[in-house]
Amino acid sequence: MTYLPLLGILLVVIGFALRMNPMLVVTAAAVVTGLLAGMDLYQVISTFGEAFNDNRIIAIVWIVLPVIGLLERFGLQQQAATLIRGFRKATAGKLLILYLLYRQITAAIGLHSTAGHPQTVRPLIAPMALAAAEKQRGGPIDEDTAERVKSYSAATDNVGLFFGEDIFFAIGSIVLIQQTLLTYGYNLAPLEIAVWAIPTAIAAFLIHGTRLALLDRRLTRGAGLATMPAPHHTPTDTPPTGHVGASE
Amino acid sequence: MITLQWLYILAGLMFAAFALLSAADRTNAKRLGNAAFWGLMALSLLAGDYLGGFGNGLLVLGLAGLAGFGLIGRSAPPTTTDAERESWADRLGNRLFLPALIIPATALFGTLAYNYTALGTYGWFEDKRETYVLLGVGVLLAIAAIFAWLKPSPLAPVQEGRRLIDAIGWAAVLPQMLAALGVLFAAAGVGTIIGDLTAAVIPEGSIFLTVLVFAMGMALFTMIMGNAFAAFPVMAAAVGIPLLVEDYGGNPAIVGAVGMLAGFCGTLMTPMAANFNLVPAALLELKDQYGVIKAQIATALPLLVANILIIYFAAFG
Repeated sequence: MTYLPLLGILLVVIGFALRMNPMLVVTAAAVVTGLLAGMDLYQVISTFGEAFNDNRIIAIVWIVLPVIGLLERFGLQQQAATLIRGFRKATAGKLLILYLLYRQITAAIGLHSTAGHPQTVRPLIAPMALAAAEKQRGGPIDEDTAERVKSYSAATDNVGLFFGEDIFFAIGSIVLIQQTLLTYGYNLAPLEIAVWAIPTAIAAFLIHGTRLALLDRRLTRGAGLATMPAPHHTPTDTPPTGHVGASE
Repeated sequence: MITLQWLYILAGLMFAAFALLSAADRTNAKRLGNAAFWGLMALSLLAGDYLGGFGNGLLVLGLAGLAGFGLIGRSAPPTTTDAERESWADRLGNRLFLPALIIPATALFGTLAYNYTALGTYGWFEDKRETYVLLGVGVLLAIAAIFAWLKPSPLAPVQEGRRLIDAIGWAAVLPQMLAALGVLFAAAGVGTIIGDLTAAVIPEGSIFLTVLVFAMGMALFTMIMGNAFAAFPVMAAAVGIPLLVEDYGGNPAIVGAVGMLAGFCGTLMTPMAANFNLVPAALLELKDQYGVIKAQIATALPLLVANILIIYFAAFG
């Protein structure tokens, strides 16, 4: 057996580690892997293109951007922050724990596409968490703290989604498990498999919830030490330096 | 019947509008690069099925070249200032949330109604794709509501959408590229090699160590492939079924379900899962493109341990 096809993986690992442009890294890895698999260049490009076309459903989610952008134009992020400042006891950690629970429960009943990074995290959750953090600190927060709160907002969405969705028996991963087991002669109902996602879902809530509570402790302990005269953070007005987007 | 094809057309028209407005944007030095990049996305969504494999492949090479060689750049489409936004927010108050809720509410209640009432029997939407279709319906309803209420200029939704998509940049296309890379990995037999390697390192006779290798193999192979779906059949064939279920008599439902979730722990830790880890970093304009991953590692590792323990104690009771 030859290990040569693993060269493509090595390329990806090195490329990501060196922070080279992922679009080039992925394309190079695809071409190298295909050639090592014995395809000619024409076949490699055709296979790559066809697979790209088969996965266009991934691009559908961007149709929400005009709505999110329009609402930002009329102050949605500012209003989200105002709303959270109105709750005296609101903290970034508690808010995110609530969102974690909401995300797990909706995903568990099959409504995983109703929230997400473009639909809920950018316009609502992140600005709310930032406003709560400012309240906890008793003033504007420094850039590193803002960065951490935003990262935790996105992370909470992922954890809630991943460890809620498999409780829903009609989701793709459960179907895949069922079909795989079936090929070995184990014929199980999807529901028999899906119930075994519940212990992990509870563990995920406890572990990530604890980390969010620790985030709160850090934010509250830093109160009064509020730093740098950074004006009012919202996701849009941080400078675009070094972000993953188009400018690099 | 409304199918995914309709959504591809809707998204394609949106990207085509982004491309046209990019081309006309004289404030952006890289306007032609942006126009070409979003134009190629529009072409893919509108006509991908007619381009053939090689045509689509050239299209993808074009996207990668434009992004990889720095030919696209962030734009500054006309929008409101922070001060204007504050004053709009003061005037409109919490009513601003209503249009924002139209999209999730349409998807949520629409999906429930379609699946659990007689509505589903009309067959309006493509089977199993109703939530995506309803997402599109929600978007159109929300835009209509905003126009009826706040009367923005006709181009405003496209300009605001372009502002956001340019902030995300090529990260918006990367998840689709990675999915395509996974297909080539599979064609080259990467899965078989990884499966054989994993099976080779397993010490004989220890259930616990076998569970450990199975769960960690799921997580690691998921990190390489970017999603657990590609890893699961490989690990199940190499370790899960022959050793854990057949040799040691483990419960197949638990080995399968929790094994998959061990893979999800890997998803939290890899840039290969771009739509979960890199796209939000771009959307939230983080300085560190790996910021989301770093925030997730301390959740993913203890959770992986929890999954190993769940398999060990529940499947072999």
